[in-house]
Amino acid sequence: MAPSLTLRAAVLSAALFLAFVLLWQLGIQGGGPAQQMDPEYAKLMGATATQGKSAMPGPLDVGTKVWEHLKNPFYDRGSNDKGLGIQLAYSIARVGIGYLIAVAVAIPIGFLIGMSPLMSRALDPFIQVMKPISPLAWMPLALYTIKDSSLSSVFVIFICSLWPMLINTAFGVASVRREWLDVARTLEVGTLRRAFTIILPAAAPTILTGMRISIGIAWLVIVAAEMLVGGTGIGYFVWNEWNNLSITNVITAILVIGVVGMVLDQVLARLTRLVTFPE
Amino acid sequence: MPPEKFISIEGISKRFPAPGGGDVNVVFENLWVSMRRGEFTCIIGHSGCGKTTVLNILAGLDVPSAGVVIVDGQAIEGPSLDRAVIFQSHALLPWRTVMGNVAYAVASKWRDRRGGEVREHARKFIELVGLAGAEHKRPAELSGGMKQRVGIARALSIEPKIMLMDEPFSALDALTRGTLQDEVRRICLTTGQTVFMITHDVDEAIYLADRIVLMTNGPGAVLAEIVDNPLPKERARTEVHRHPLYYAVRNHIIDFLVSRSRTFMTERKGGAYDPRAVPLVRPGLPEPTLATPNPSAAPRRAGLETAAS
Repeated sequence: MAPSLTLRAAVLSAALFLAFVLLWQLGIQGGGPAQQMDPEYAKLMGATATQGKSAMPGPLDVGTKVWEHLKNPFYDRGSNDKGLGIQLAYSIARVGIGYLIAVAVAIPIGFLIGMSPLMSRALDPFIQVMKPISPLAWMPLALYTIKDSSLSSVFVIFICSLWPMLINTAFGVASVRREWLDVARTLEVGTLRRAFTIILPAAAPTILTGMRISIGIAWLVIVAAEMLVGGTGIGYFVWNEWNNLSITNVITAILVIGVVGMVLDQVLARLTRLVTFPE
Repeated sequence: MPPEKFISIEGISKRFPAPGGGDVNVVFENLWVSMRRGEFTCIIGHSGCGKTTVLNILAGLDVPSAGVVIVDGQAIEGPSLDRAVIFQSHALLPWRTVMGNVAYAVASKWRDRRGGEVREHARKFIELVGLAGAEHKRPAELSGGMKQRVGIARALSIEPKIMLMDEPFSALDALTRGTLQDEVRRICLTTGQTVFMITHDVDEAIYLADRIVLMTNGPGAVLAEIVDNPLPKERARTEVHRHPLYYAVRNHIIDFLVSRSRTFMTERKGGAYDPRAVPLVRPGLPEPTLATPNPSAAPRRAGLETAAS
């Protein structure tokens, strides 16, 4: 019997990873020392020109760096040298606060839009205009009004998380199966109880899908926002390490951003599964 | 007309404005019919004649364009816990267990009851429909028949004055349908439930109903006649078809569905038809003579069959 699909997929994944690492290693291999160069000139030019060595770190360098960061993620040696863990914690906290405020705003308003055709029509033009605005376009306005760079990035996270949740909640609430609402009506269930016992559980999978889209967008945006406002956070770390020309650290940060994004997505996916019931 | 009008449908119509304005689409017009307490009434008609709308009006989920429905001396104003609906598609809440679905209805009816009391009450009705032991399953884990049993338990658990059933067995296989019909009949007889049921199945109507209302085709559907079921109150599924009048009733209804439901409207223009007094018909011909209808041999037969004979 053939090995299970999971096993075969895992083997293939490992092979692809090895191939990628190998190509990477080959790609950064230097072309050997340059010939006939004035030693004084060679000193000025540095290793890239004289020995053909690429400035791009190899997989081993990155691996060592990742290990270094993992071993000591929470050190703090001043404003430009903090552990990756601390930077991540700043980013996650900003995303968390902005996202939770967005949840608190989007779900009630989404309910209102979903339950009231009047509100749906009245708010639709605003949503249609606000939705396509890049969240970073709000940044100057936020900086001017809030006057705090960290809070401004929280605001940007709030505004970018809002729309998918709002739209999905409204859609989920508006498309609750009519017969479930009829059940509530024949049982003379009041509006509030109906909202919590029929509409909320019926719309929960759609709402959580919106929340999953939002957390993904929020995690994309926080990196850009922190590059702009600076100070702390994983986005600032990337930009800072670019200014330090530490490509190794930049690649390390990219990997970490990917892993955290995946974890956030999986948490929401798990939650969605918890509230989804087949009929 | 029966002496007591527990449910009285008085001149209800349903009209929709035609798309783009202009004239009106009439689904049905000026329906008058009444039901006694404890009576099992089936309504038969082709799809699109507005049966479900009639049921929804009775349930209070829909409002008639004209007319009124009076239940137990009170005009219907919206849905009520006095009238339970069994939906065609069972309409169970998939995130709740069997117990949760029934308890939800119980807790809606008796809002001050404690959780334990609610569950105890719900358990009685889950047992009544034969689902004891399946309380903790969710609808997705149940077969179609079991789901509909939960729907029945939920409707019964609020101890309604009237049960309204919208083709409750149409989505089930023949065997399950049979057993569920038996159980619904048993439960309704023991509890003296008043039932109004939509069906497409003639045999089901004859087995379950005391009276069968025949509705003509839409648009502009009307109630053609009410068939008084000659079968005794005590009837067994295995015996009903041996009743001397079974096939007379059956053929009468099938004749109606096949041709007269379509032609009734044109017939009506010639003869007298009073929508307020829908004729009560007792198809009483014994089967052998049915091939050659002889009006004199049917003393119990009501009028209005002039066109057929």
